[in-house]
Amino acid sequence: MSTRHTERRKRAALRWTVIGLTLVFFLIPLYGMLEFTTRDLINGGRTGKFWTTLVDVPQVTERYPALAEGFASSMALALFTVVVMLLLLVPTMTWVRLRLPGLTRTVEFICLLPLTVPAIVLVVGLTPVYAWVTYLLGEGTVWLGLAYVILVLPYAYRSLDAGLRAIDVKTLSEAARSLGASWLRVMWQIVLPNLRTAVLSASFLSVALVLGEFTIANLFSRKNLQVAMFELGKSDGQLSVAVGLASLVFAFVVLFAMSFVGRKEKS
Amino acid sequence: MTATPSPAASRGTEVRLTDLTRVYAGNVRALDGFTLHIAPGEFVALLGPSGCGKTTALRLLAGLEDADGGTIEVGGRDVTNVPTSKRDMGMVFQAYSLFPHMTARQNVEFGLQLRKQDKATRHGRAADMLDLVGLSKQADRYAHQMSGGQQQRVALARALAIEPQVLLLDEPLSALDAKVRSQLRDEIRRIQLEVGTTTLFVTHDQEEALAVADRVGVMNAGRLEQLASPAQLYKNPATPFVADFVGLTNRLHCRVAGGVAQVLGGAVPLLAGSAGDGLAIVLVRPEGVTIAPVGSGGSGGAGGAAATVVSASFLGASGKIVARLESSEGVGDLVSVQVDNTDVTAYAPGQRVLLAPRGDAALAVSAT
Ligand SMILES: Nc1ncnc2c1ncn2[C@@H]1O[C@H](COP(=O)(O)OP(=O)(O)O)[C@@H](O)[C@H]1O
Ligand SMILES: [Mg+2]
Repeated sequence: MSTRHTERRKRAALRWTVIGLTLVFFLIPLYGMLEFTTRDLINGGRTGKFWTTLVDVPQVTERYPALAEGFASSMALALFTVVVMLLLLVPTMTWVRLRLPGLTRTVEFICLLPLTVPAIVLVVGLTPVYAWVTYLLGEGTVWLGLAYVILVLPYAYRSLDAGLRAIDVKTLSEAARSLGASWLRVMWQIVLPNLRTAVLSASFLSVALVLGEFTIANLFSRKNLQVAMFELGKSDGQLSVAVGLASLVFAFVVLFAMSFVGRKEKS
Repeated sequence: MTATPSPAASRGTEVRLTDLTRVYAGNVRALDGFTLHIAPGEFVALLGPSGCGKTTALRLLAGLEDADGGTIEVGGRDVTNVPTSKRDMGMVFQAYSLFPHMTARQNVEFGLQLRKQDKATRHGRAADMLDLVGLSKQADRYAHQMSGGQQQRVALARALAIEPQVLLLDEPLSALDAKVRSQLRDEIRRIQLEVGTTTLFVTHDQEEALAVADRVGVMNAGRLEQLASPAQLYKNPATPFVADFVGLTNRLHCRVAGGVAQVLGGAVPLLAGSAGDGLAIVLVRPEGVTIAPVGSGGSGGAGGAAATVVSASFLGASGKIVARLESSEGVGDLVSVQVDNTDVTAYAPGQRVLLAPRGDAALAVSAT
């Protein structure tokens, strides 16, 4: 009895050690960023001026237009990517499950493929495609979202697949069809509500990925938040790091809020 | 041919499935010239072994699968190419099919909402339907808060709420335990008689089919072998396949002459359409055989056939004795005999007994 007790104590201790170390590992850089952005390099001591600058939206917009533009672009990109990803994946995956089960492997393979392609290679491949995108749709940064949809495909696929596995889509949609529902209604009123958690977590991962994306945007010379931060860093290091920290915290809050909504819906 | 129609039968719709064929990938002919005519308000059960095409027939009627040949008529209208959502069929599935994000009431109201009925009408109708299946108190529960039997009742209420042309049930009871199963089975029959909806009920359980239906269609390999009332089917199976399916499970080698089989030391009349004279295998019910210990004077009247008990089992309401006939050449046939549950203890493996056909209760269908 007592050996089991100490065993359990040991395991709990190990668990807390691991959690503690991980937290330290993640928090030290964040603390470093905070420390750096509050340092007054000219007069010595502490200063909050970078943070007050950041909070002062009209001033930021005026003095650092690139930053405001990058922020707006990243928001738009996150939204655009999530919407396109959901419109593409949810009906496709549902349809494959219902009508074309033979294609499951193929679709899975295609969706997971982007994991194996480095971003830089993707850009090389996408360059001629984007020549056409620019020609047809214009130069808008938001079209970068099309590339991002490909980027988030593997993660979104995994979440949605788990969601679809958890419900009997076939029987549910057949029941709804027999009661007189059109396919659109089946999707909207039956499949989607039951995929809520999966859709949220897919969106969630996509937002996180888009908010942190730098490589593709930079190589295509589009200005998203990360690119703007990078450029700002060349002229004003401290403000750039403040923006970086703020965007991290922002992303964290967004994701936390989304997961909270998802959990609340379930209970 | 049709059994007594229910008082509400005038509300029912006629269904004609003609020469339906359905071929799946790999050249599986799930339906192969399937023809079935259901009278308005009639309750037909499709009975057959797993894989014989029952579900396929039902799904074709519902429009969930496309026919590769043949026509489907509902109420005189050809609906062969009409999509499911326009066919007006109420379905209850084998798998639990309640929408998990809706309460029982919302599930029942779903079809009414699609029919653009106003809120008050929907509420009233849903309450009536839930009352009909005895679940008024559970109206605000979600599927995961209900038992399997309750979920299937709600599914039935949901299917009936839209006043469907035809009610389709695909083994709705097979996921339930025995007690709930027979209870819900009787309830389905009561409700069907009450609402008078034409009903097609698919099952692989002989007892279930015979208990609920006006007529039972026995299916084999994508075709209908026989369609008859439960009593007729039981008394007069048309083919050995049907006979086997309605409980004639003893297969005995014997000699046939003049439409009479010489079996178990007695003469049993063969059903019409059975094999001609010569050696044959006949099917006899376990209820159609009597058994007596050797030396007790026998009970079969005209002697009987000597056999050795292989096993004796107690089955609750009745008992079952399995015995092997003594045979001059090779191994004798196995015979199961249904006995009173109190008689089971009178027999033990290895004991010698006399078997005989039970007067009029014995039935024989030749299997060759
Ligand atoms: N979607 C399908 N694809 C291929 N074969 C199928 C499919 N559905 C059913 N089958 C085959 O068709 C035959 C009849 O199936 P089914 O109608 O489900 O039989 P039952 O309901 O009587 O058990 C079976 O041999 C089954 O394997
Ligand atoms: Mg089936």
